[in-house]
Amino acid sequence: MTQLFKLAYRNLGRNRTRSVLSALAVSFGMALLLLMAAVINGEMRGSMETTIKLQSGHLQIRPASYDENKISLKWDDLILNPDQVIEKVKSLSQVTVATPRLIASGILTLSDESKGVQIVGIEPDSAANQPFREGMIAGEFIKADDREGILIGKTLADKLKLNVNDRVNLLVNTSNGNVDEQLFTIRGIYSTRTPAYDENMVFMPLVKAQAFTATENHVSTIFVMLQNAEQAEPVAQALQSADYKVLTWRDQNTLIVAFEDYAGAFMIIFYLIVLGITATVVTNTLIMAVFERTREIGILAAIGMKGRGIMAQFLTEAALLATGGVIGGLIIGGALIAYFTVYGIYIGDYGMTGALFEDRIYAHLTLGDTINLTIVTYIITLIASLYPAVLAARMEPVEALHAAGG
Amino acid sequence: MEVTKVTNATRVFKIGEVQTKALRGVDLSIVSGEFTALIGPSGSGKTTLLQLIGLLDQPTTGKVFVNGQDATSLNRNQRADLRKNAIGFVFQFFALIPTLTAYENVEMPLLLNGTKPAERKARINEMLEAVGLSDRGHHRPDQLSGGQQQRVAIARALATNPKLILADEPTANLDTENGKQIMDIMQRLNQETGVTFIFATHDPRVISYARRVVTLQDGLITKDSTE
Repeated sequence: MTQLFKLAYRNLGRNRTRSVLSALAVSFGMALLLLMAAVINGEMRGSMETTIKLQSGHLQIRPASYDENKISLKWDDLILNPDQVIEKVKSLSQVTVATPRLIASGILTLSDESKGVQIVGIEPDSAANQPFREGMIAGEFIKADDREGILIGKTLADKLKLNVNDRVNLLVNTSNGNVDEQLFTIRGIYSTRTPAYDENMVFMPLVKAQAFTATENHVSTIFVMLQNAEQAEPVAQALQSADYKVLTWRDQNTLIVAFEDYAGAFMIIFYLIVLGITATVVTNTLIMAVFERTREIGILAAIGMKGRGIMAQFLTEAALLATGGVIGGLIIGGALIAYFTVYGIYIGDYGMTGALFEDRIYAHLTLGDTINLTIVTYIITLIASLYPAVLAARMEPVEALHAAGG
Repeated sequence: MEVTKVTNATRVFKIGEVQTKALRGVDLSIVSGEFTALIGPSGSGKTTLLQLIGLLDQPTTGKVFVNGQDATSLNRNQRADLRKNAIGFVFQFFALIPTLTAYENVEMPLLLNGTKPAERKARINEMLEAVGLSDRGHHRPDQLSGGQQQRVAIARALATNPKLILADEPTANLDTENGKQIMDIMQRLNQETGVTFIFATHDPRVISYARRVVTLQDGLITKDSTE
């Protein structure tokens, strides 16, 4: 066995440039796959985290008749006196935050421009608003007793050239079907680094939102955060009631969940394409080696080496190429992923209905993906060497000995 | 004792639609300890006959026996086993593995043979000494002269202690002095160890070493003379 590796190592050293280039092809292929896996993983993870954090929460409790697409403010479609429900929700140990929110459709108008927005009434002091509080880039966060203040997102502010303390007119559909309007002052501008979200969401204190929309003591939803996402299903089960719908983050983000599945299928196709190209390089390298060393194959056969011994020789060379390639792939891929994990890849405003994306994708490589890709690359490289190895093993000694090469 | 026997062997090569009869029905018997030359002009069939005896090729018709065993009935792996244990080769081109040292080249058939490390080491040193290359064991082929490379090939051929050594034009690529040295070594080993040598050549100086000369012409043995 030692001799096999020694001979294989020396054979690869005969044409160092070619061997290094072949190993590099494996390295770059693997590095590309690691990066792709990390980016897609990061994108999925980031999108899901952002959507949960900003929009869906781990759970939402809504009235049985509530239709998200209609954003109805009819009292029948809202939760009356949410405090009782919140108290029940908070009694569960997995719950970290439970806060009521009122959601209404509105139009923000300036003298010469208008923009459709979603008005969200929030409890300003709730920990659920942390992403907006942390993302304040100008002004200050709204207070619970503020009757004129709103928060707008950076994208909306940029588009309409709005600044803190500017006054804007908001029109809203009220619960009784009328339209009301009022002047508000921009208290602060936030950025969640999610352009699609920051363009559309306008926040005001819940009490003001209820007064503005004539919904009184009603809310649209109770936004719930848990210790971790995996607790959503059991907690939802525990909270089931005939009066309310309890929707988990999975129920609310079906598009992202489906997209995650599609991404898995896409990755498999991508793996096959990249590894197919890599395999072709390895196959070519070894076929060249077989033809260059045909006479040596004849010598080895003449002194009694069987076909499987000759095959083992070329497979060992492929194994060494694969080892070098995989190590190189881990180094190159690891370096790229480390960079993109810290600095991310800027994608700008990648808005999509049903999913929120930050303006940067941060790579996230899992141990599982690393192990899988290492094994897959290794196996594909060995499979790629099978044809040249069999070609060498099947050579007739007499023909190999009389070959012009090697 | 008969080391190899060829009975009514023919070998026909087909290249496209053209058939070439390299051997047309050869009978030959070689007994242990012989030092035999196969001679004849180019294309007479001496290399083809050597390849059949060495089990590197199969006759189109007829039989080849090695150590009394019908080699034509063996499969590819069984022929490889028989080659490994019973036959050594010396080729016209210095058929060494270029990435291995002289020591490692001699070691290769012993590794294939499963010889134990201590015994292997002793045997390699013994063989390198027998061909006068004890001090060249760690040299690679490209660091050795043609004559030295051919001596390594002889050491390798003898390493597993085979009964039969086949040498195809062993001096063809060597100058007179080196050619003489190679023939002297082969002759000495034949006399000292009793190993059988069959060598193909058309060099009159090499033929003069042979105790038996088998002449081939157009794929047939036309003369078989013993001194």
